[in-house]
Amino acid sequence: MTDRVLLSIENVAVDLPTPRGNLRAVDRVDLKVGAGRTLGIVGESGCGKTMLSRAILQLLPKKAKLSGRVMFDGQDLVSLDPEKLRKLRGRSLAVVFQDPMTSLNPVLTIGTQLIETLQEHLELDANSAKKRSVELLAAVGIPAPEQRLTQYPHQLSGGMRQRVAIAIALSCEPKLLIADEPTTALDVTIQAQILDLLAREQRRRHMAMILITHDLGVVAGRTDEVAVMYAGRVVERAPTPALFKKMRMPYTEALLAAIPKIDAAPHTLLPAISGRPPDPTRPIKGCSFSPRCRYAAGQCHTEKPPLAAAESPAHQYACFHPIEIAAGVPA
Amino acid sequence: MQQISSADPLLKVDNLVVEYPVGARTVHAVSGVSLEIARGETLGLVGESGCGKPTLGRAVLQLRKPVSGQVVFDGHDLTAMQGDTLRKMRRRVQLIFQDPIASLNPRRRIGDIIAEPLVISGVKDPEKRKRLVCDALTAVGLDPELVIGRLPHEFSGGQCQRICIARALVLNPDFIICDEPVSALDVSIRAQILNLLEEMKGRYGLTLLFIAHDLAVVKAVSDRVAVMYLGRLCEVGPSEQLFARPAHPYTALLIEAIPMPDPDVRPAESVAVGEPPSPIAPPSGCRFRTRCPRADQQCVTEMPELRRVATGQFAACHHPLI
Repeated sequence: MTDRVLLSIENVAVDLPTPRGNLRAVDRVDLKVGAGRTLGIVGESGCGKTMLSRAILQLLPKKAKLSGRVMFDGQDLVSLDPEKLRKLRGRSLAVVFQDPMTSLNPVLTIGTQLIETLQEHLELDANSAKKRSVELLAAVGIPAPEQRLTQYPHQLSGGMRQRVAIAIALSCEPKLLIADEPTTALDVTIQAQILDLLAREQRRRHMAMILITHDLGVVAGRTDEVAVMYAGRVVERAPTPALFKKMRMPYTEALLAAIPKIDAAPHTLLPAISGRPPDPTRPIKGCSFSPRCRYAAGQCHTEKPPLAAAESPAHQYACFHPIEIAAGVPA
Repeated sequence: MQQISSADPLLKVDNLVVEYPVGARTVHAVSGVSLEIARGETLGLVGESGCGKPTLGRAVLQLRKPVSGQVVFDGHDLTAMQGDTLRKMRRRVQLIFQDPIASLNPRRRIGDIIAEPLVISGVKDPEKRKRLVCDALTAVGLDPELVIGRLPHEFSGGQCQRICIARALVLNPDFIICDEPVSALDVSIRAQILNLLEEMKGRYGLTLLFIAHDLAVVKAVSDRVAVMYLGRLCEVGPSEQLFARPAHPYTALLIEAIPMPDPDVRPAESVAVGEPPSPIAPPSGCRFRTRCPRADQQCVTEMPELRRVATGQFAACHHPLI
């Protein structure tokens, strides 16, 4: 990775007070994203991946406590003053959420929402903002863009709405785009189109991207690096090809094995992960995955394994009993 | 429409048409679908949102009266039944829905929720009811003593889906319609529920109609797969054969669009063109022609019928891939 580091998350933790006690949603996470690179963050619901993205954007719930540093383009977002932060978000730091219906304003037209963003951040006049909006909608593959400007979100299909949300996110040429489960609500053929669109625009704009998903299949062909999260921590982190060639963390292996394979025979029993993720308000002593892990032994139940590099500095995992054999794609 | 026949079908759907009025217009949700499901078989039904999959499931149960066509369950014509006779027949057919939490009444205890079908079907003895409820809960891997007195919000999504499956099993049905039963669940939980459904199918001798949009999930559980597009069947065939050699371009498109968990398989760039048209005004001829790379004039004017393309495999296409 020769690219300059654009985003550096350093020792970030997020605590949420709940009636049942403190909930540690994100637990001391360190991650880096280089300019123009793509980082995939994979994990199941409740593993802290969305909270981590909110921590980067400084959009955490009011009650949440954040510690650590989020360095973006040379500035620490955690201590940045709100006015500067507001200028940064939407401009060089953009986001696309899972549900385009809730991220678009239902009572404003597509045009109003796009033009508003352009005028706010780029100080364009009304005419050039409108012209720019049409270009953006065309770029994200929306047919008849002029007519769409006067339409409301409910008049578009889910896939089209997500394209509009992407157009708004891309409108100010961001340096980093955070895509939080951008295709989870969409059909499989539309998912492929949206992921293609994101990859194309990313290459064209040399934009960095964080792709958050629960689907290892989505990150496999479309990211440079993957971080797997479990119970608020990053448990394995590696360049994408290295991860799929040789996964070391049993959770990553189990997650991949649990996905039904298209080339497996029907009625094959799936290697399911027993149990379910731990209650985040009751932290587990030792490795959080140990109650569900088939390799867990003595030390795993008493001590937290650190996230450390082994054979190569780029491949890190938090496990006392890493998998030795080549896993991932079945031979 | 006799091609897709098996010797002794439990369910036979013949030329089923279901439409919904929307103002002055009509949504053509299911337009002339015929299929059969043999005893003990799992038929997977795939297609994108808006293609009419759940409507087909509901029309089988007569929860939505079809405009025309026939649904024959175990030799009885459900479309001709009404009131009590229909209700008695429905006992043998159960439904499992996509959102397990929303399909449980949040104010009722799990024990009562699962006993409800028994109450409705006239099991008067409370002791017997309790025994059947406990049996069903044990079968789905929950401890009855810990579960019966609790409320749905105390359970996770995966556990709620287990409870829904227990409720479907308590009447000892012959046939279960699973409507996207795992799409709301996480990967690790999804595998548990799919395995559970397979196990229950064996233990209770069930026949399943498994509706889902995820092809890999459907393949994992189905003997045969039916692919639906805008209210019509595109292709039906044995799962392995259908996935290895799809005949309909739409089936091929769906298979190509699946993200593979393997970085060496580069995603095929833009395999999928456009979006499904509206079921209010479906295209003439072949409904898939607006997105199909092989479409020509014949596809515009002539509606393709399901035709045999290989042993047990049928496709509705003028220009099949095999």
